[in-house]
Amino acid sequence: MEDGLTLQATDFALFGLPERFAIDLARLDAKWKQLQGAAHPDRFATETAAAQRVAMQWAIRINEAYRRLKDPLARAAYLCALHGADIEAESNTAMPTAFLMQQMAWRDALSDATTLDAVDALSDEVTAAREATWKSLQAQIDDAASVDWRAVAGTVRGLMFVDKFISDIDRRVDALS
Amino acid sequence: MRFHNEKNSMALLQISEPGQAPDPHQRRIAVGIDLGTTHSLVAAVRHGVAECLPDDEGRVILPSAVRYLEGGGRQIGHAALESQGEDAENTVVSAKRFMGRTLADVAGHQRLPYDFVDQPGMVGVRTRDGVKTAVEVSAEILATLRFRAEDTFDDDVYGAVITVPAYFDDAQRQATKDAAQLAGLNVLRLINEPTAAAIAYGLDEGVEGLYAVYDLGGGTFDISLLRLARGVFEVVATGGDSALGGDDYDQRFASALLQRAGLKTLEALTPRERRRVQTAARHAKEALSGVDRATVTFEVDGVVHDLDVDRTEFEVATAELTATTLRLLKRVLRDAKVSAEDVQGVVMVGGSTRMPVVRQAMATLFGKPPLTNLNPDEVVALGAAIQANALAGNATSGDLLLLDVTPLSLGLETMGGLVERVIERNSTIPTAKAQDFTTFKDGQTAMAVHVVQGERELVSECRSLARFELRGIPPMVAGAARIRVTFQVDADGLLSVSARELGSGVEAAIVVKPSYGLSDEQVAGMLKDGFATAESDMAARSLREAQVDAERMVLATESALAADGDLLDAAERSAIDALLARVRATARDAGEPRAIEAAVEALAEGTEGFAAARMNRGIRDALAGRNVNDL
Repeated sequence: MEDGLTLQATDFALFGLPERFAIDLARLDAKWKQLQGAAHPDRFATETAAAQRVAMQWAIRINEAYRRLKDPLARAAYLCALHGADIEAESNTAMPTAFLMQQMAWRDALSDATTLDAVDALSDEVTAAREATWKSLQAQIDDAASVDWRAVAGTVRGLMFVDKFISDIDRRVDALS
Repeated sequence: MRFHNEKNSMALLQISEPGQAPDPHQRRIAVGIDLGTTHSLVAAVRHGVAECLPDDEGRVILPSAVRYLEGGGRQIGHAALESQGEDAENTVVSAKRFMGRTLADVAGHQRLPYDFVDQPGMVGVRTRDGVKTAVEVSAEILATLRFRAEDTFDDDVYGAVITVPAYFDDAQRQATKDAAQLAGLNVLRLINEPTAAAIAYGLDEGVEGLYAVYDLGGGTFDISLLRLARGVFEVVATGGDSALGGDDYDQRFASALLQRAGLKTLEALTPRERRRVQTAARHAKEALSGVDRATVTFEVDGVVHDLDVDRTEFEVATAELTATTLRLLKRVLRDAKVSAEDVQGVVMVGGSTRMPVVRQAMATLFGKPPLTNLNPDEVVALGAAIQANALAGNATSGDLLLLDVTPLSLGLETMGGLVERVIERNSTIPTAKAQDFTTFKDGQTAMAVHVVQGERELVSECRSLARFELRGIPPMVAGAARIRVTFQVDADGLLSVSARELGSGVEAAIVVKPSYGLSDEQVAGMLKDGFATAESDMAARSLREAQVDAERMVLATESALAADGDLLDAAERSAIDALLARVRATARDAGEPRAIEAAVEALAEGTEGFAAARMNRGIRDALAGRNVNDL
């Protein structure tokens, strides 16, 4: 039987995309639909149990890769893992002092924000900060002559705090509206 | 004779119709079934067009009502509804509200005329024919629709797509699938009602872009946001309330009318009076969708009351319900990170969207009139029929791709009664995710796993789906064991969970189905207990089912060989041919199902490698940007 891609292929290989942080979202989306068009269990509804099992494994794998590639944080963490630089989200919580100060200021601002407008303003500020971090990740990964993956992992750890904080803001928006 | 002619004309038409299987003998009868709270429908694609199938009196709607008679008989549909007034406790209506639910889950059950049996797993209703669960009641309705389709086509139904509310949780989906199995239906897929509506609408109108489907039925409310593009129906986010529907509008309105007339509350009435007041309220609600004023007539304590009502009074009495649907809709927009202006149109589904107040609310929010050009009662069944036709292989592959999501987050109980989320809501299905845990005591050899569904942080505020224990963990110091719990949600939206200890290389694994699902033995037991519409002879039935299944697998393998046989070398090919021959011979000659099932299982195992190789080819072609159709 022929060789080809396996379930163990990297997310990038599975989607036929270059191993970079910057990603063409339209292309990712189109590939996702193409791949699911070939692998989705609905395509195998009249087939044998074996074919349905294989289809399910592939469809799950394709959705997993899609979800990871689509999300900048997950994508960056995945690139680190591919290059042997673990994020160590649980064990390594050392962050620069300036970053921690910024976090505390934001947390205080969220506690003080009682109106939807106030939360929205904070949300805009934090979202802008997140986009700046994405830009810096792109510079660190895609534009560097040689990538310092440990430094990238540090940036990713910071981004995790920011993402977590944005979901806290979203919850507050939910509660206020 | 009518059926015979119909078949001939279909065969002739198929030759000239694109998108249909070329060989009429290979065309399979596949139906879509909308199993609704108040009424149900069956639809199928005939002559390339989806249509709802009528009963022999020309009615497409089957009221979701089953009356259990003396001597084991049943009345189903219109007949059951007509006699409901005189035999309410033996006539089960709106059974969908009890699907996968315990008594405590059913809000307002005190107001219902049933003798409820609060049994573990799922609430039952004591009738003169014994205790019936929603699974059994729904199976009667599904079987009735199955027979309707078989009469229409004068042929067996190959398979069915059954629709469920998008916001149905795992227990409710499991129960629906069990009911279909009990009705003798091969479930091709469970799909979400708003998604089915989007298929019917999207294909009918050929639209592309971001659309919302607002589906307010008799007992459930769903809101789904979909991106439509050339045959791809991608659900971006979904939300709703599986216990909010037109029935609730009737109740609120009835309560308001009683209050205005200075009478006792709805709860204080006798079951019979209550039903009459609610029916009168429903008729007035329906009338007020067309006119501004109506008269409500009902009898309480032997006194007849006539009340003049206007639309505003109805809308005020039910404003809270409409506001709830709007709140849920806005949450879905937030989940999808889009605003109302990004939505190109909102499709109205379900009989309750005939209420002007709901249409007006949509027009205000989205700044454009909602789309109401398809019959809101039929659109879900029609979409399900289109998908059933595609899944059965009657339409050319590649035409339709559904990418749906799981409506509720799934997680595990951790220390302190908190929920650790494993799969987030709005994840595209099928999906799987593993989470690693460890032991917290030295020498711990067992670990309890509690699976929950919902968005709250506390276990006590989420729905408990299953509990099981992983045993046989080798004794280690605390924190040394690595226990991986894997959640998998399949294309029907059904969850299975497994746990395994990885740390020591010793593996223990268990797979659980959530507790509301019935085991195969329980289903067989229900069939034996005199399920009226099932064939009387259980043995003959299971033999026939095994033969049909074997036939299916032989056909599937043959078409796979025809398409991709070149992937196999001579030895591999002859091994599969031998397995095929064995299935054919066993299905023909063996008089009992076990032998046939064993031969089918051997074929499945023997074609595993072939299936993987075929998938590989499909993926490679997809990556190369080619479509299966272009090969």
